[in-house]
Amino acid sequence: MLKYLLKRFARSILTLFFILTIVFVLVRQMPIEGYFPNFEKMTQSQIENGLHQMGLDQPMVVQLIEFYKGLFHGDLGVSRVYNRGKPVWDILKTKLPLSIQLGSLSIVFSMIVGLPMGILMAKRKGKLPDHIGTAFIVLIQAVPAAVYYLFIQLYGTELMQIKLRFDPADFRSWILPVLSLSLGNIAYYAMWIRRYMVDESTKDYIMLARIKGCSEGRIMFRHIFRNAFVPMAQYLPTSFLNTVVGSIYIESLWSIKGMGGLLVDVIHKQDNNMILGIVLLFACVGILGLMLGDLLMVLFDPRISFSKKGGD
Amino acid sequence: MRHPKIEQLEDHVSEALKQDLGIEKLFSVAPFDEEEVERTGDSDYSYWRSTFRAFRHNWIAMALLVLLVVILLFTFVQPYLPGQFDPNTITNGENGLPLKNQKADSVHWLGTNSIGQDLWSRVWAGTRNSLIIGISVALIEAGVGILMGVLWGYVRQLDFLFTELYNIIDNIPTTIVLILVSFLMRPGMGTIIFAMSITGWIGMARFVRNQVLIIRDRDYNVASRTLGTSTWRIMFRNLLPYLVSVIMLRMALSIPGAIGSEVFITYIGLGLPIEVCSLGNLINEGRKLMMSPNLRYQLIYPTIILSVVTVSFYIIGNAFSDAADPRNHL
Repeated sequence: MLKYLLKRFARSILTLFFILTIVFVLVRQMPIEGYFPNFEKMTQSQIENGLHQMGLDQPMVVQLIEFYKGLFHGDLGVSRVYNRGKPVWDILKTKLPLSIQLGSLSIVFSMIVGLPMGILMAKRKGKLPDHIGTAFIVLIQAVPAAVYYLFIQLYGTELMQIKLRFDPADFRSWILPVLSLSLGNIAYYAMWIRRYMVDESTKDYIMLARIKGCSEGRIMFRHIFRNAFVPMAQYLPTSFLNTVVGSIYIESLWSIKGMGGLLVDVIHKQDNNMILGIVLLFACVGILGLMLGDLLMVLFDPRISFSKKGGD
Repeated sequence: MRHPKIEQLEDHVSEALKQDLGIEKLFSVAPFDEEEVERTGDSDYSYWRSTFRAFRHNWIAMALLVLLVVILLFTFVQPYLPGQFDPNTITNGENGLPLKNQKADSVHWLGTNSIGQDLWSRVWAGTRNSLIIGISVALIEAGVGILMGVLWGYVRQLDFLFTELYNIIDNIPTTIVLILVSFLMRPGMGTIIFAMSITGWIGMARFVRNQVLIIRDRDYNVASRTLGTSTWRIMFRNLLPYLVSVIMLRMALSIPGAIGSEVFITYIGLGLPIEVCSLGNLINEGRKLMMSPNLRYQLIYPTIILSVVTVSFYIIGNAFSDAADPRNHL
């Protein structure tokens, strides 16, 4: 197991290296005009001077080596436009907590609502709760999130008599963003838990449990739910981390000063160091999520093992 | 095609049997007889016919399919109907000024928008363009994704390469790709379809790969491999037919997905140019006016048609994938 983890870790580092290098090269393909707000009025020498100051006139390889040198010392560079001269990591540090709070609240809420909803739907399969739940899932999954977030904001704020802008100090203004963030996850958890539990409940060992006289509740939770939760466990860390790093759309709709809109913003402003810093963070989160997911799956299901390879 | 090793084995066995029992020839190649082939097969069964029969039984999905086809046809017929406006022409009122935010009446069936364009024709032009985007992206994603996914899942040597590629593409922010694509190409329908496809195919490929991994070592595939069937034949005859239903579902879901991402891409300012109508553009225009209750209709009409289209695709996709599962045919 340890050997497997080490190998996997080494591979992740390699992946990170590729991601950063590709994004680094891509970012440098962006138009030069984007670096200067008053590009039309500048003379050739002014442009060259500006590029020189940013170090963009050097060959790509040199720039890349400089970047990795800095990264090796834990230095992500300073922001160019977004918050001039401030180290990237310091900016991210002030942005992260709000997104993490919102994301954690939303994940807790989605699990509290989504899992029981899925269990209830599986238990009453083909009856009214199942139909209502299915309708909800279809609606949430089919209608683009961009649309229903808008309507939640529109009618929710009217109903609760609150402002459109998010105010961290006001408890009431947390409710709607957290709800919007959660809806997708609720539908997703409910759908898969229902599906896995329905699949599981027709298996032979469930019949055996019933024959030997287990109570329905015990069968539901000790047998079906535990097995149905295994494939869910793999997805949980990814969904947690993704929600925690913030949603672009929700954060910009509510003007929440978190991580969400930051990436789009700095890409538009061509703040190269900021882009790379955020990409690094997101990539780490993505890779970590997959790894934690696999670990969690092993934890929940002792039959799964990564150290030995089957079938080869 | 007979594998040389199998012939060798045959020879060895007959050799041994000849010595022990004195039997001259034990194995002979059976002649091909078409009647014999059909004898055990259920010749009455046709996969696609049964699929459509099963699909027709689901009346909700049938009704939505009819609705979708009608909407799709109507978006193309609508500009040729009498009394229609051009979606981009600004109508002037009697005083010579643009008719802004006009309420719905007999001329402008859904009213006009904030600069005086006819909302009815804009909604239909937008639906047409969004449907074209959604269907094109889904088809490209499916074509590339299925081929790559089957290769990824079936050919073990490619697994490492593709997995790394997936990790990389999945972690490069779509926004950067979108900005670069719109910088390199002129903004327009082709650009947005291209940008959405180059980031989207790998998701489809991963999905197909996971499905292929599940069935790649089933007994019937091992048997095929042992008999020396070529990889391409196994991919297209053994693996893909088994996956039709799940792939169909995934494809049907990627159409509303693409329509939805168009709305999102427009929101972050990278969408279609303003003169090309799309549901994303319309919703974005409507969003700016949503705080004044009597102008809210400009947001609500495009949203309704968007939701009808996406929900229909979703339900039809689910119904079709149930119908395409051979286990539901009998």
